[in-house]
Amino acid sequence: MAFKFSHAIFEKNVVILSIATLITVAIGGLVQIVPLFANEQVIERVEGVRPYTPLELAGRNIYIREGCYNCHSQMVRPFRDEIERYGHYSLAAESMYDHPFQWGSKRTGPDLARVGGKYSDDWHVAHLIDPRAVVPESIMPGYAFLATRPLGYADIAEHLKTLRIIGVPYTQEQIDNAKADLEAQQNPDADGAADVTKRYPKAVVSAFGGDPAKVTEMDAMVAYLQMLGTLVDFKSVRPEQLTQ
Amino acid sequence: MALAATASGESARAASGAVPAYNDDVVRAAAIATIFWGCVGFLVGVVIASQLAFPVLNLGLEWTSFGRLRPLHTSAVIFAFGGNALLAASFYIVQRTCRTELFMGSAGAWFVFWGYQLFIVMAALGYVMGITSGKEYAEPEWFVDLWLTIVWVVYLVVYAGTLMKRKEPHIYVANWFLLAFIITIAMLHIGNNIQLPVSFLGWKSYTVPSGVQDAMIQWWYGHNAVGFFLTAGFLGMMYYFIPKAANRPVYSYRLSIVHFWALVFLYIWAGPHHLHYTALPDWAQTLGMTFSVMLWMPSWGGMINGLMTLSGAWDKLRTDASLRFSVTAVAFYGMSTFEGPMMSIKAVNALSHYTDWTIGHVHSGAMGWVGFVSFGMLYYLVPVLWGRTLYSTRLVAWHFWIATLGIVLYITAMWVSGIMQGLMWRAYDEYGFLQYSFVETVAAMHPFYVIRALGGVLYLVGALIMAYNFYKTITAGAPVRVSVPQAAAA
Repeated sequence: MAFKFSHAIFEKNVVILSIATLITVAIGGLVQIVPLFANEQVIERVEGVRPYTPLELAGRNIYIREGCYNCHSQMVRPFRDEIERYGHYSLAAESMYDHPFQWGSKRTGPDLARVGGKYSDDWHVAHLIDPRAVVPESIMPGYAFLATRPLGYADIAEHLKTLRIIGVPYTQEQIDNAKADLEAQQNPDADGAADVTKRYPKAVVSAFGGDPAKVTEMDAMVAYLQMLGTLVDFKSVRPEQLTQ
Repeated sequence: MALAATASGESARAASGAVPAYNDDVVRAAAIATIFWGCVGFLVGVVIASQLAFPVLNLGLEWTSFGRLRPLHTSAVIFAFGGNALLAASFYIVQRTCRTELFMGSAGAWFVFWGYQLFIVMAALGYVMGITSGKEYAEPEWFVDLWLTIVWVVYLVVYAGTLMKRKEPHIYVANWFLLAFIITIAMLHIGNNIQLPVSFLGWKSYTVPSGVQDAMIQWWYGHNAVGFFLTAGFLGMMYYFIPKAANRPVYSYRLSIVHFWALVFLYIWAGPHHLHYTALPDWAQTLGMTFSVMLWMPSWGGMINGLMTLSGAWDKLRTDASLRFSVTAVAFYGMSTFEGPMMSIKAVNALSHYTDWTIGHVHSGAMGWVGFVSFGMLYYLVPVLWGRTLYSTRLVAWHFWIATLGIVLYITAMWVSGIMQGLMWRAYDEYGFLQYSFVETVAAMHPFYVIRALGGVLYLVGALIMAYNFYKTITAGAPVRVSVPQAAAA
């Protein structure tokens, strides 16, 4: 062999060593990440997934703020026991508007991907205030302060606008009515309640935290929990829609 | 005097004028920061472990709840303790192996040091106050991320600049690993923190990718925070301090070349093993599993290179505090890098994922490998940096055995609880119903959570003993120049 390779070139030149290292470490990520953006098969074509309502979005931000993802997954795996315990396995489509994703990595508590509608609003409120009052063996921290703290939502339309820039298909109508929709979703008697379900199909309007007169962080949190995993109607999904 | 010169190494050579005056003030500061943040990080670990055993310890306050303190623990041990250990190691090693002072002198290194401490404090205060981007191990919000990016670029400039003005013909192997650590962490940090703030006056931002893409990017980052922060960087430490303490050359030069390139190439692919059986496409999961299993080989190649360096010097394990920790660390490294590939196999992962087994695996790596190799470095470095003999070798032995016992309690408790919980989740009764409700599996974890917390307490106590030992060494230790000739004469 005429050409004899010597490793010395990497050991004697910082620039060559740095560039070679960067190329070496870049390959794996490029191969695994880029196709996920380019390939349309990654996200299943199912119906029903929509952007979060303003109230659900505010609740999701509290979920993130309190670090719920440290103990709760939102990703049901396709195993018999998980499907029986939690429901249909999770689809990529179901988190397509999640910035960031909240699949989690640990189940110190149960998976929450399909917790929506499984318990009453009152149960969630009681459980969040004092988990052991409802589930004696629970090791979850209490979040009583959510019930009394007013939700900060003056800039909620800005949040929707920000999300629209990065790809969540909020309409101008949804952005213009963000604040009104947020207030109406937790007040079933409000004039705008019907508009919320019109703008956000399957949105649940309810006095989540118990008192429609004031919007608390509890309202937002429970609204978020109650919608998790409820958007896709699996009875109408055909198997071929689930192929990736 | 001649005896002292051979024994105390570089400082004596520096005094003779053969070697420039190294910028060691910043190394001393980083060593102290390592000890301090280590104790803080271990303490928060003990607190959150206790909260899982006794939930009343969450105190019902938002600032002290598990969900906010857990990122505080992980960031404190990885980025504050581990990060400062890497700052100390990289600034110390690069000067010695290049026989030159730092590029940009002390100023650049001090900016990196204080800039990094500011990053830690901003991140930590944010977590407690609920300012988080909600991505594991990348929780700091956008403005903290931007600050770290600036600090990191200066770090790279100082480090690579020092390599460039080296007075040795070759770049020593420890520097390859440390350089790869700095470059790759920059890539991962920027790649995983592409966020759009709601307002440039507020802290809240939204991650630009969503769902499945965000998950893939997050674990590309997350697994390689392990691969390049906690592994490549600390392997750099191993490749310098073990040969130094053993006074033996690295076992195989060829093996270190293979080790380096194989490790940096393969590690980056392993991320998807955190997403087995999720909505991530199967091909990506399979790639993640395959490369994780392949990663076993370079990992053990590195372990062999570290351990075999002690050939002919194994007796030093009995007498050398630094080596005892470093070598045990390499053994733990070997153990975790076998366990990891095994857990990345999908059939195993189906059981282990979402359980405490993962937590146990991480801690055998973090406490056993990262922690012990850092302690080994500190026991070598503190006497050298302050020019004093270690205050007490007896206390080192106490630290070693208490911490080792702590690790054993921790990881065995998590093996049992993890495998047990995984089995309970999938158990069926004779009628074909799920045998256990979720909360029954939570209740079954209690004794193991108590044992784990106890293991954490032991590890913390060991670190506090070390901190006391160093305090006494720095303030009251005998100067090296007096003691070494005496020891040699004896």
